Amino acid sequence: MGYRVAVGRQSYAFADLRELMAKATPLRSGDVLAGLAAGSMEEMMAARIALADLPLRTFLHEALVPYEIDEVTRLIVDSHDAAAFAPVATLTVGEFRDWLCSEAATTDALARLAPGITPEMAAAVSKLMRNQDLILVARKCSVVTRFRNTLGLPGRLAVRIQPNHPTDDAAGILASTIDGLSYGCGDAVIGINPASDSTARIGELLRLLDGVIARFDIPTQACILTHVTSSIALIEQGAPVDLVFQSVAGTQAANASFGVTLALLQEGLEAGRSQKRGTVGDNVMYFETGQGAALSANAHHGVDQQTLEARAYAVCRAYQPLLVNTVVGFIGPEYLYDGKQIIRAGLEDHFCGKLLGVPMGCDICYTNHAEADQDDMDTLLTLLGTAGVNFIMGVPGADDIMLNYQSTSFHDQLYIREVLGLRRAPEFEDWLRRMDIIDPTGRLSAGQGGQALLTAMQDRAA
Amino acid sequence: MSEPDEPPRSATRFADLARLTPARIALGRTGASLPMREVLRFGLAHAQARDAVHAPFRPEEVAAECAALGLETLMAQSAARSREDYLRRPDLGRSLSPESEAALAPRRGMFDLAIVVADGLSSTAVHQNAVPFIAALLPILQRQKLTLAPVVIAAQARVALGDEAGLALGARMVAVLIGERPGLSSPDSLGAYLTFGPRRGLTDAVRNCISNIRPGGLSFGDAAFKLAWLIDQGLRRALTGVDLKDDSDAALEAGVAPVALPER
Repeated sequence: MGYRVAVGRQSYAFADLRELMAKATPLRSGDVLAGLAAGSMEEMMAARIALADLPLRTFLHEALVPYEIDEVTRLIVDSHDAAAFAPVATLTVGEFRDWLCSEAATTDALARLAPGITPEMAAAVSKLMRNQDLILVARKCSVVTRFRNTLGLPGRLAVRIQPNHPTDDAAGILASTIDGLSYGCGDAVIGINPASDSTARIGELLRLLDGVIARFDIPTQACILTHVTSSIALIEQGAPVDLVFQSVAGTQAANASFGVTLALLQEGLEAGRSQKRGTVGDNVMYFETGQGAALSANAHHGVDQQTLEARAYAVCRAYQPLLVNTVVGFIGPEYLYDGKQIIRAGLEDHFCGKLLGVPMGCDICYTNHAEADQDDMDTLLTLLGTAGVNFIMGVPGADDIMLNYQSTSFHDQLYIREVLGLRRAPEFEDWLRRMDIIDPTGRLSAGQGGQALLTAMQDRAA
Repeated sequence: MSEPDEPPRSATRFADLARLTPARIALGRTGASLPMREVLRFGLAHAQARDAVHAPFRPEEVAAECAALGLETLMAQSAARSREDYLRRPDLGRSLSPESEAALAPRRGMFDLAIVVADGLSSTAVHQNAVPFIAALLPILQRQKLTLAPVVIAAQARVALGDEAGLALGARMVAVLIGERPGLSSPDSLGAYLTFGPRRGLTDAVRNCISNIRPGGLSFGDAAFKLAWLIDQGLRRALTGVDLKDDSDAALEAGVAPVALPER
């Protein structure tokens, strides 16, 4: 079905819902690359005007990616909760935006609504929202998950220690981990992107992190970010796997390019849960996503990258993840060209994920071939901290020496805590106090709190 | 404490930790913030990495170095005509230009492996590391008795350009050696992507990747061993990608060299 809008003397036609969605999207290089972006600013606004009038329920009977050929669409349609959707079922997309910003959309109301929202609805309304709307509404959403601690509580921000090393050197990884812990990081996860995809080497890294967590009795979890099939194999070999990781995207074909299907993710979930390694909950999955993944795999079906990204969150949602991380600027300038586009995408991703009930974190990041720098990351960090992001990355000095990109640092999380008063996960905060790493106000302790951690290095050498 | 010329494997102070990894740790702080010297050190590294993205590629130098190893080379260009084109249009960087496709076609043969040297996002990485890596790889490939296609040297190229090049040359497998996107601490990082049965439309799920090949990262010798192991296993099993796990470390520790393929 087509859409037609008159703006002054000019009339704009949009052939179908995919085109309407794509052209309503704030400008980004990935949609230009795919040939989907609006041809002018006025056409973009015309698309938004038409989108605002679209009944929200349209998305329930008009699939952007055909049901017959895409298991992600089937997941979205088959798992839709009509009862949860009922409170907003008669609204247009524009009215939905107004409702989300209103006092009626409380934290509880948004939590009840989440199973009734499809990713396409979330993406559509986000296209009509300014950055302040994305922050305002996301801040009202609360998505709490648990494994060995409680993540996502209001007023809290968790940090993944990302102690990557270009050759997976154990001493180097341990050194970065201890440095991160001494800055009060690590409650989200201690997560390594391995340089090697050798299961034997990954098993060693799992045992290394498990040893640190066990030795200091740290209420947190470890993860090696390797393919789900590797994690399943390692579980079968008896390796200590806390969280099962996988990169996912918003179409079946894009997931195929990652070597995964929904059935395989279910297998990963079951393998992870079979370990029963969580102490306060059984959210065992860690997913990463990012706008542009589907286009990069030539699997976008003519749908804009932000809508496909929201569909990836519907994939994540089905497996009750502990952590979902949009690696927003990692993919490069062909998808998000500069700081402005990266900042907008980070806010959209966080909003859409939270609206769908997904525990969103963000790797606030950029590559050296993008038109962005650390100032842009400071801006996005400040905005996402305000929006209530569940977790961010803690990369030593913001420089990932294995993946070759810049993210947020141990210092950056101190900054955002200082400015916004954000606390760590409660169990982890208690542990940091016991270790005298932080003082009663939550600031880093003036004493030698982290000194005990250094014994891990000494003992390792002995 | 360790001897000065021997890096310590233990640390008694946080400052000692920094000697265990090139990561930016034990930086100190002023309040919640980085000390001034670290802000400047980071800013300088970022400036250098930005410059590496735009440094010009000199394919004729790579060709001369390959010739010194006794390797025949073919020059190729992607469909991207400028750096700006290349950065915004990855689809163009994945395809051979029509002229290059025409240039490769007459060289079609029966090859086990085609090596493609591609500038990628860091010509610095290619100029410093591609040929030394090939020099380390070559003796192992010769022991494996593999037939090699001429080395393709490709400008403004992405990994998937290797699929078209491998297909054009009639190679069973293609190894793309490419400049990775420059990191702050490693503007010279080379990646190697291995793909069995190169053809159009393949995804990264069917590739194996060895990353960070450079003097400060994965050494040429170790990287060559890994790649040769993957080539050997991939040719035997007629696949690469997620179904081919890199267990070369175990082979390396066991002292098992990648064995020669059966005669064909």
